[in-house]
Amino acid sequence: MAIIMSQKILIHLLTWRFSTIMAKMLKRRILSIVIIILAAGLAYFIFSDIRPFHLGLDLRGGSHLVYEADTSTLAPFDIADSMESLRGVIERRINAFGVSEPIIQSETAGLGPEASHRLIVELPGITDLKEALNLIDATPVLEFKEERPEGPEKEAIKKTITDFNAAIKEGEAPPQDISLELLNSDPNFIPTALTGRYLKRAQVAFGQNSISPSISIEFNAEGAKLFADLTEKNLGQPIAIYLDGKPLSAPVVRDVIRDGRAEISGDFTLTDARDLARDLNLGALPVAIKLLSTETVGPTLGQEALDRGITAGLVGLLFVASFMVFWYRLNGLIAAISLAIYIVLVLAIFKLLPVTLTAAGIAGFILSIGIAIDADILIFERMKEELRGGKHLHEAINDGFARAWLSIRDSNLSTVISAVVLFWLGTSLIKGFALTLIIGIIVSLFTAITITRNLLLAVAPGHQSSVVKFLFGHGLKR
Amino acid sequence: MFIIKQRKFFFIISAILVLLSIFAIYQIGIPLGIEFTGGTIIELNYDIAANRPASNELSTKLADLDLGQVLIQPLGDKAFLLRLKTINESEKENLVSISGGSEARYSSIGPSLGRELARKGVIALILTMILIIIYIAFVFRKVSLAALAGEAVSSWKYGVIAVVALVHDAFIATGFMVFLSKVLGLEADSLFLTALLMIIGLSVNDTIVVFDRIRENLRHPEGRHFDELVGKSILETMARSINTSLAVVLVLMAIYFLGAAGTKNFALIMTVGLIVGTYSSIFLASPLLVTWQKFTARRAERKG
Repeated sequence: MAIIMSQKILIHLLTWRFSTIMAKMLKRRILSIVIIILAAGLAYFIFSDIRPFHLGLDLRGGSHLVYEADTSTLAPFDIADSMESLRGVIERRINAFGVSEPIIQSETAGLGPEASHRLIVELPGITDLKEALNLIDATPVLEFKEERPEGPEKEAIKKTITDFNAAIKEGEAPPQDISLELLNSDPNFIPTALTGRYLKRAQVAFGQNSISPSISIEFNAEGAKLFADLTEKNLGQPIAIYLDGKPLSAPVVRDVIRDGRAEISGDFTLTDARDLARDLNLGALPVAIKLLSTETVGPTLGQEALDRGITAGLVGLLFVASFMVFWYRLNGLIAAISLAIYIVLVLAIFKLLPVTLTAAGIAGFILSIGIAIDADILIFERMKEELRGGKHLHEAINDGFARAWLSIRDSNLSTVISAVVLFWLGTSLIKGFALTLIIGIIVSLFTAITITRNLLLAVAPGHQSSVVKFLFGHGLKR
Repeated sequence: MFIIKQRKFFFIISAILVLLSIFAIYQIGIPLGIEFTGGTIIELNYDIAANRPASNELSTKLADLDLGQVLIQPLGDKAFLLRLKTINESEKENLVSISGGSEARYSSIGPSLGRELARKGVIALILTMILIIIYIAFVFRKVSLAALAGEAVSSWKYGVIAVVALVHDAFIATGFMVFLSKVLGLEADSLFLTALLMIIGLSVNDTIVVFDRIRENLRHPEGRHFDELVGKSILETMARSINTSLAVVLVLMAIYFLGAAGTKNFALIMTVGLIVGTYSSIFLASPLLVTWQKFTARRAERKG
């Protein structure tokens, strides 16, 4: 009786244990299906045109320019502001040029007084740089001039110009002894220290007493002081405003202006006023710039690099997946599936952040496929040892993961250290590589311990047989 | 264990390879590309596409001018973009007339920009090494307390040895690169620097996996001596080391044979660095640990 009872209990216990394992496995299997469906959804997102990949200039074609700003004449605490307004001015110019998605960034290299302040300009799709360079480089010079005092100099200039014009009119050769310097001088105005460098902004304004628009301008602190001195000196007299050596207007000073604000009135039409305000803003390039480097990649070359990158990635993936299936059998197949999910995840992150993909970035990503599989290999090798120690499959999977985790974490972090230093190193080429690699490694840690593990537990049967042994075995032996 | 017992043999191999590399680097020098030295970019235009020679044709023509390596990229179908070292005005005129095209653009990468990258590169290499010593010393901080009376190796020594291994790898990879520059005429660009830093990262990655196993085995010595434990750890991690390297070499081969032109050399140098890195983690780093432990033990014995 007692024996029958205990047998019944035993059978009951066995079926109960079996059913909990079954329930657990069922849960794993449902979860695995959900993961695969989600991954398929992400894959659809990747192939769709929603939030397209952000391609770097070397893949889509375009120009990369590096300018150095001459900050030697600026006080150190002014530099940041000046660079920001420089960036703004150049951005406005490029937008006027009609480039799609230009990137204009200011960047500081080095430290302290040795620091070099740069402006990075990226122009996608622009490979003929002539026009673009002119547009950026053209530095309209805004000058404020005061009246030239009466005197021999003024007379000399006037005489030279009159003589020259008279000679031209008569069809004669101009006098041989003519002074080019005098000829090119302006008889009426002389330059002052006040230039567009000190202009903060100019905008169209509408005066209260007049229907025609005027231009209101605002100087920065230093400019305001210069302007105050200038207006004080020239009260009741005109001050001429020149853009690129051409007179724009010559308003008469009515008051000493101390707040650095002024209004240029005249017979402007609205369009004239707008153009003038724009020219004044453009003229206010706060810092002189020098082209340090240019890089241009044609669209065909870019497309080729992109196509080759994609091919290399697909073939690399195929190689790794085949190797894994060949060596690790069913485990390898699961690793290959979780590698595919890894790729889908990383590409989705590239799309969402977005990460700008360059040829080097794609190489970094392909490399990360090889590195990502390392976690799986570590786990499978551990599992193998646990199985050899006589553990059951499920136990071996769980313990294998637990034991491999420290190695996976510690070893991958060292690669992340290298990648972070690379990112800091910072040319755009290297940054692209480092960023894709960092994202790849972090995602691979996640996929190895969640997705591979879950898929493995979902397919691992609760019983042992020679078929199971073969499928979960490894290497060349049966 | 074989590798531990014959460790002197492997040390000698490593020493020879490193010395050869240093000799090559010293004799030939690292050929720095325009990204490090500054250089010139010239855009050549041809009036119709048919007038433009093939890239390799132009390349052979230009070889006579002795301008060093000239990288030729097609721009559209009627233009070339040439990258080369800084040249003077007459050399430039020669180049343009020989090419049969017209000079559409001529611009240069400032040498200051190049020097800066070179300086940053050196800083990055040193910084990575320091960070890795600190990192390993931290990760293995408890290893010196392991239950192996009298035979413990302090954690900072693991860090130092990992760095010895990575310096070994970096030198051999650089030596190989210098060798390639002689054979294929390639120049070090910023991707070479990238490859070097990645080799360092992956070399340490491999070394850590072996060290990690040593750390684990030290917790359950089961009567084994330190050298036996290290040998056991190497054996246990060997399959992983080889398989992982194989997987990474497979993707690098895909990049080399199929990838974008700009990343070919990168893949080649990385492959060499990776193989050397795997070698050094098995045959250099762990045996060195044993040598250091025995040295310390002997000195302690003499004192005691």
